[in-house]
Amino acid sequence: MIPAAFEYDRPTTVAEAVDILARNPGTAKVLAGGQSLLGLMRLRLARPERLVDIGGLAELRGIRALPDGGLAIGALVTYREVLDSALATSRVPLLAMAIADIGDVQVRNRGTVAGSIAHADPASDMPAVVLALEASLVVRSGSGERVVNATSFFEGAFVTDLAEDELLTEIRIPAQPTGVGMAYRHLEQPASGYSIVGAAAVVGRTGGSITTARIGVTGVADAAYRASAVEAALIGTDGGAAAIAAAAAHAAEGVAVGSDIHADAIYRAEMARVHVRRAIEAALGAAG
Amino acid sequence: MTEQVRLTVNGVPRDVEVEPRRLLVQTLREDLGLTGTHVGCDTSQCGACTVHLDGRAVKSCTVLAIQADGHVVTTIEGMAPDGGLHAIQAAFWAKHGLQCGFCTPGMIMSAADLLESNPDPTDDEIRHAIEGNICRCTGYHNIVAAIREAASTLRAGTDVPAAANA
Repeated sequence: MIPAAFEYDRPTTVAEAVDILARNPGTAKVLAGGQSLLGLMRLRLARPERLVDIGGLAELRGIRALPDGGLAIGALVTYREVLDSALATSRVPLLAMAIADIGDVQVRNRGTVAGSIAHADPASDMPAVVLALEASLVVRSGSGERVVNATSFFEGAFVTDLAEDELLTEIRIPAQPTGVGMAYRHLEQPASGYSIVGAAAVVGRTGGSITTARIGVTGVADAAYRASAVEAALIGTDGGAAAIAAAAAHAAEGVAVGSDIHADAIYRAEMARVHVRRAIEAALGAAG
Repeated sequence: MTEQVRLTVNGVPRDVEVEPRRLLVQTLREDLGLTGTHVGCDTSQCGACTVHLDGRAVKSCTVLAIQADGHVVTTIEGMAPDGGLHAIQAAFWAKHGLQCGFCTPGMIMSAADLLESNPDPTDDEIRHAIEGNICRCTGYHNIVAAIREAASTLRAGTDVPAAANA
């Protein structure tokens, strides 16, 4: 299975890359690690006329410490580089918890975190993670740079807030509140490894009651979302088993729950409740 | 429309002319004649096509040859350039870590990536490291034993026993 023929560009600067995107509206796709895109092209599920290979853009490499205690992840940072980064794993343990299970070693060596976010597969894990971390996404085009909150980035299956002439250049993760715990729990489709449902939790207690609750959910609907009904129900409780279970019952509220051969909507919604509950329990267990 | 690409394959610079859509595995097998890298599933699942790109295991069916331009590729043929066996290859032989052998080159390349960063893996870590490599014969048990044995050999820094090289 060979991809259909395409034009190929290898820009040497971000400015050049976004210029190529602007000159080829709707016909160019960005190629980073290629672990999602090349597979789709080989199956001819995607047939872009032009690939803009950003693999050579040194300015998009690397993980930086932000002065506020947060983290900036360049668009070319691979899953493997995050797992190998003491900075990333210590400041934001949730990243490694989710990434360790993505694909396999070969996919993690090549696939990029930002590529997964820009691709916005409804069964991918990273969207739930950046939602729970309240990350921002830095986006460049010919007319400059803008910063989008993850909560307004994911719009549907493979659809994001990115315009055709825009390139996702960096993920910025703010410092997380002191004392919070983090966890990722998911139900994998055993053959593909994609998440049927996935839940990322950042939860913390102050003085015996829950003061931070951020839950990102993927796999359940067309786009990853913040389970705001769960969060609202959890805040102010003691975070005991009963409170967590009652809050997690809202995990699939307000979204159109998807249905496919692996999980119908009833099962998928139930698995969302189960994995949100488990993620909250584990996050609280890890909280300082 | 083709483009000139230079790869360093098993230590040797190789210039090839490729269409942008040409996959790295095609270039290795068809342009360079390195048929030790296998094509199994053709959909980035089975790992038979695993090679090292800049020292990391990747599935060469899901990398364009042109993406590897200017980079370093190691295939199974490059593991033991002296015509002998690499310690991992010797361990697969000694521990019977294969039956038909189709998955073996990819298994060995994944094992090499693991042992480079984790010289003393647990069995669980070994199994996690070969998650991207499918074997339809062995049930994996002897593959895990082979990688464990190779780790031990490499940690000891001893040469592969002469018998295994015979």
